[in-house]
Amino acid sequence: MTAGVATSAGPKAYLSRRYRLSASHRLHSEAYSAEENRAVYGKCNNPHGHGHNYAVEVTLCGPVDTETGMVCDLGDLDAFARRNLLERFDGMNLNTLEVFRDKVSTTENFTAEVYRIFQGFKGAKVVRIRIEETGNNSFEIGEERERG
Amino acid sequence: MILLTRKAEFSSAHYYWNEAWTEAENERVFGRCANKNGHGHNYTLEVTVAGEVDPVLGFVVDLKELKEILEREVVSVYDHRHLNLEVAEFAAGTGLIPTTENIAIAIWRRLEGKIPGARLHRVRVYEMDDLFADYYGER
Repeated sequence: MTAGVATSAGPKAYLSRRYRLSASHRLHSEAYSAEENRAVYGKCNNPHGHGHNYAVEVTLCGPVDTETGMVCDLGDLDAFARRNLLERFDGMNLNTLEVFRDKVSTTENFTAEVYRIFQGFKGAKVVRIRIEETGNNSFEIGEERERG
Repeated sequence: MILLTRKAEFSSAHYYWNEAWTEAENERVFGRCANKNGHGHNYTLEVTVAGEVDPVLGFVVDLKELKEILEREVVSVYDHRHLNLEVAEFAAGTGLIPTTENIAIAIWRRLEGKIPGARLHRVRVYEMDDLFADYYGER
């Protein structure tokens, strides 16, 4: 935070922000035959694809800035997410994207990619990415603070 | 060890303002949140405690008692109040801005040592369903 005053660090806290995006995908591996793909991925292997409303939960960790009361500037985080998450993935067919050219577009792989992308956010350390593919499935990567 | 979580809700007004800064600096950093007339949220509080299950009771903590502690220590103080104007820890002169992070820390401090038989593990405060802060008592 730069408001022309020195900042100082308070207690360490975690901030989480959720973003929603809709995308289609098809689970299909070039390593398998057509028959094996159908056997492994079932209805997710439908050649025409299907879609989800994904909820992406980004968790950041850091000292609460005593000048602002915040772990990071939410406007900066939202701008980063808009540019690097929503503009890249929302409304897209995941299988058409470069990142999934040699990788199956499972939500495991999607979560790993989103985690990699958010390591580029400079406002605070992104320690966990959790993606809900549906209300019943979620995937997360990062530190296991929850279980500590 | 078992983790047990109890929810509570409160609706409060607040605004963000650093008294050490000029009006222009506050507006630049906090944007619409710096409106001194305040704005409000429906907050959801999730308090997670950790402990061993009492072999006779089968409880980590008596949920009714935990509910009453949350009501007494937090909800009755924050609900339908203006956090900057009516809650001691955020009052003018304290320098503590009622952000989601600071509310989580303040609630931890209100609850620490007040829950018999269990250890406070996490305080989670949702300002909205897409924004929440967690505090684990770390310095």
